[in-house]
Amino acid sequence: MSSTAREWREIPGRYNLKGSKCPECGKVFFPKRSMCPLCRRASIGKMIEYKVERKGTVYTYSVVYDVPEANKRMKPYVVGMIRTDDDILLTAQIVDVDPENVEIGMRVQAVLRKIDDDGPSGVIHYGFKFAPCE
Amino acid sequence: MRDVAIIGAGVTRFGELWDKSFRDIGVKAGMLAIGDAGLSGSEVDALFIGNMSAGRFINQQNIGAMIADYAGFALKHIPSTRIEAGAASGGIAFRQGVMAVASGMHDVVVVGGAEKMTDVDDASSNSILDSTADQQWEASMGATMASLFAMIARRYIHEGLATREEIASVSVNGHAHGALNPNAQFRKAIKLESVLRSGMVADPLGLFDCAPISDGAAAVILCPMDKAKEYTDNPVRVAASTQASDTLALFQRDSITSFASTRMAADRAFKTAKLSPSDISVAEVHDCYTIEGLMAAEDLGLYERGRAGKAFLEGQTLFDAGKVAINTSGGLKARGHPIGATGVAQIVEIAEQVRGTADKRQVKGARYGMALNLGGTGSAATVSILEGI
Repeated sequence: MSSTAREWREIPGRYNLKGSKCPECGKVFFPKRSMCPLCRRASIGKMIEYKVERKGTVYTYSVVYDVPEANKRMKPYVVGMIRTDDDILLTAQIVDVDPENVEIGMRVQAVLRKIDDDGPSGVIHYGFKFAPCE
Repeated sequence: MRDVAIIGAGVTRFGELWDKSFRDIGVKAGMLAIGDAGLSGSEVDALFIGNMSAGRFINQQNIGAMIADYAGFALKHIPSTRIEAGAASGGIAFRQGVMAVASGMHDVVVVGGAEKMTDVDDASSNSILDSTADQQWEASMGATMASLFAMIARRYIHEGLATREEIASVSVNGHAHGALNPNAQFRKAIKLESVLRSGMVADPLGLFDCAPISDGAAAVILCPMDKAKEYTDNPVRVAASTQASDTLALFQRDSITSFASTRMAADRAFKTAKLSPSDISVAEVHDCYTIEGLMAAEDLGLYERGRAGKAFLEGQTLFDAGKVAINTSGGLKARGHPIGATGVAQIVEIAEQVRGTADKRQVKGARYGMALNLGGTGSAATVSILEGI
């Protein structure tokens, strides 16, 4: 079990898809970075908070049958890579759709959902998953 | 830099070794290698040990000291260092040993790799493996290692680079060779249909697309090339041992149908060895998942992009097909995949091949062989090229 702080400090990224933008070259990153790998020293201390677009398309996906303990009740579930409309690739679960109806190129949007918990009486961790666009 | 030779190699049985502890198998592999080199043991002046996660598998850290102690080196007080790089731990430990000898810092070095995975249940084991991906932004979001490679496989199929059958045939190739390797976990050939029909792990990959959970250890002995003949008539020259990194998370890459780390490590290795892919007779490639082995054959330059699948499916990768033999040990799928041991076991297999001691699976006339060991989803890669002398 992780400490509560470990999850709490990631809330900006986990809830609101906050990443970083390099003021030198304009490239955007998710999750946040303290330096731009392209501009390196010129970017240190200057990275700007950047909110990633919440809509995108499915780049690839898998239906997971051999599931981790935390996701036991969701078996099978879909995990995918989403390319957001501002061209950031990220990994998230794809929910609110039958696994057989998921396909590459499908339009999806970020939704806030329960990710896992620290046991029946522990803290519940929330974060983004993606669901089909309405 | 000095030329480095492998003068001894040893590997334990891989599999579910219920009656053996971590220290049992780690020491056994070292003793086999020392015996193979004809050393007494007192010549050894450093140990390097590849191990991914004894801390979580057997709740033991400080693995360097433990192995040095039970291998009888505690009273000699020689340095012993444990290296961790996910599933590339063994291969990168090998490279550390090579650098130590090449630099002149040490003369006779033992490189070992070991993992004891079956002391925890399967769910724990999978969770430990998933931690070689980005724990915070991949594993926590529901991505298992199998699903990350399944997503690569889906893109491969989507982009027309390989068919599902071609991907599955990497497992058939591994099992055909495993049947000839007395130390392999699975020593039985299988049919393509069995792979395609195996239970789903992460669609489109099934159980027979995935390496098993294994215990095992491997070791090699290194010394300067100009001293190798003092110990053995059959030394193997390390023509190159290189390493490259990439982003921790797969989603941070420009492409997921090729690993830049593999391409970079291979490019550096061929340049160092002054060789090209056409010189290679035999290769051990990292196939924790079938798609990973197929992609590796292309990233190493052994096949052009989109061509490796056909080669696996048609059996051109078999040890006696007269082309580049791939995973003659059985690969991770059939030989077994005790994580930290894998990279060193690959070196043992290539050393056996290029010195002509690979028995029933010997590739005829193999002079140059290479090994690719990967960590995470290609976030760490190491390539070695060996030459039979």
